[in-house]
Amino acid sequence: MPGFRLGLLALLAVLAGAAFMTVGVQTDWAFVLGHRGVKLLTMLVVAGAIGMSTVVFQTITHNTILTPSIMGLDALYQFLQALLVLLLGASGVVAWGVLPKYLLEIGLMVGFSVLLMRWLFTGHASSLHLMLLVGMVGGILLRSLTSFAMRMIDPNEFATLQDRMFANFNSIQLQLLWPSMALMLLGTAWIWRRRHVLDVLALGRDVAVNLGVNYQRQVLQLLVVMACLVAVSTALVGPVTFFGLLVSNMAYQSMGTRRHRWVLPAAVLWGVVLLLGGQVILEQVFAFNTALSIVVEFLGGMVFIYLLMRKGKT
Amino acid sequence: MPSPAVKPPAAKLPAAKLPAAQLPAARPGATAPGSFVTAWAGALVALLALALWSLSVGVSDVSWNTLWSSSEDDMVAQVLLYSRVPRTLALVLAGSSMAVAGLLMQMLARNHFVEPSTVGTVESATLGMLMMALWAPDWSVWAKMGFAALMALAGTALFLAVLSRVKLRSAWIVPLVGLVLAGVIDAGATFFAYQHDMIQSLRAWANGDFSVVVEGRYEMLWLSLGVTLLACLAADRFTVAGLGESFATNLGLNYQRLVWQGLVVVAVVTACVVVTVGSIPFVGLIVPNVVRLIVGDNVRRSVLWVAMAGAGLTLLCDLIGRLVIAPYEIPVGTVMGVVGSALFLILIVRRRRIG
Repeated sequence: MPGFRLGLLALLAVLAGAAFMTVGVQTDWAFVLGHRGVKLLTMLVVAGAIGMSTVVFQTITHNTILTPSIMGLDALYQFLQALLVLLLGASGVVAWGVLPKYLLEIGLMVGFSVLLMRWLFTGHASSLHLMLLVGMVGGILLRSLTSFAMRMIDPNEFATLQDRMFANFNSIQLQLLWPSMALMLLGTAWIWRRRHVLDVLALGRDVAVNLGVNYQRQVLQLLVVMACLVAVSTALVGPVTFFGLLVSNMAYQSMGTRRHRWVLPAAVLWGVVLLLGGQVILEQVFAFNTALSIVVEFLGGMVFIYLLMRKGKT
Repeated sequence: MPSPAVKPPAAKLPAAKLPAAQLPAARPGATAPGSFVTAWAGALVALLALALWSLSVGVSDVSWNTLWSSSEDDMVAQVLLYSRVPRTLALVLAGSSMAVAGLLMQMLARNHFVEPSTVGTVESATLGMLMMALWAPDWSVWAKMGFAALMALAGTALFLAVLSRVKLRSAWIVPLVGLVLAGVIDAGATFFAYQHDMIQSLRAWANGDFSVVVEGRYEMLWLSLGVTLLACLAADRFTVAGLGESFATNLGLNYQRLVWQGLVVVAVVTACVVVTVGSIPFVGLIVPNVVRLIVGDNVRRSVLWVAMAGAGLTLLCDLIGRLVIAPYEIPVGTVMGVVGSALFLILIVRRRRIG
């Protein structure tokens, strides 16, 4: 009964949210709730963007161990940001205003990543492992290029860039929260409307074409929206490589079906549960502060190795 | 090299099926004595030129004439003796020994796409350094390095253990597992550093940087050279090890012991380099692969070339880092990250077209 399980998951998510907002509040409720409210919204945006984009990516590529981040998409985003500051200078970038700059970055990111993905996926039937390797090494290359660019940037201008380079759920740029939220909701709604198309795409290219899907067009549109979601999440909190892998695989396992009407919301809800619940446990039980992204990376990496080993056996 | 993990390029396939005695078949050009000597001389001259160039680059102007002619210009001699010469020596030592470590690792993992910085050895050594900095800051540098080497050994052994559990069908899964394992160890180290407010120091160690090398700060690298030389003496055995466990055992080698010897060499070299200058990624990956394309798979024939090319590449990347934004400089780890990963991408994409 996927419906029942989804309901249970939703309940869990609400509980995690409630716990996140209330546990450990001692004084000055108004301030604390406002402060945590921003964090809560950020995590919701990230959970929505990463859950949706990862499931879409895995459906398009017919593989459950790929994620946009492993393929180096958020490294690309960071590189473009550094490049913009290097080329225009911090003052030039600031002169653009926050919102136009944000939109420009997301536009660049979407354009580049669609080019990259098309290059990777239109090649003749290449091995999955090779593709993963190319993606990961490409990510290393982009990260090195980013730090190269960071060294070339004037130290004064560097400060504007630095904050935005690391996964961090605590220092969120408020100005970016609202446009990100809007973009996330738009993208999510768009993907949700395509859930039946995604079900068909999951059957494979030939079947999908036989069933009357305009394959090229649909995949391209989905890639654009997916890249947009990745950019949104990266712009907000920075790169989280294995998080999407964790939530999508938990969604497949817990729903017991691959139909997107169940898997898509489940992935988002698992994201919410992991982020909010994880933060509560880390903060309250272990008294750790912002190390959540590190813990997620660690767990996700383990799951990834496990999946790789299982894939290798079959 | 016939291994289930690696599909050899078509050109080398026949050679791989020959018995061991005939196996070290190099390219015909490399065996002719005349061209061999010329190639060696050319490579040595090029390396020397790079080293001299490396000596002459820097903030304070060192002109060779002043060095020979007047003894009163002590500044120049001082700069050379205490800063430039140690730096160039450290570059040569670290570059060549990391390249040889990569070569050994490729033989042991029987895959051409692994090296200390892509399987978690470097990350483990860094984690070891971090633990020492926190728990035993008073220990001598040698003790700390020993611990880092032990951690590097453990990390590498873990990689090989994970690898042996993967029933692989694809050559690409090996470096992939290594990269993720490295990421996991790195996440652990970051977590640990975060708890103790040491993220910045961690990042500073992790990135290979020769700007801190002065007289007295690099001598540990001679140890890595010594270990590398020992490995060179055993070159033939590693060639055989590269053919696989059953093959090596058939030829009368104690395969397990050989693997451990190789791992110790790799771990000690990595720990030395990480402790003194930080990680220099991709040297051990790019250099052996390029040398293999020219000289072939025989370790005895290729090991010296690998060492020289490793030194050369490291010198070159350091020069790039020093020249691009002079008088500031970019750490060699960053430059190598860009150059190395770009070359690596080219290597694997080219391989895909051939295979």
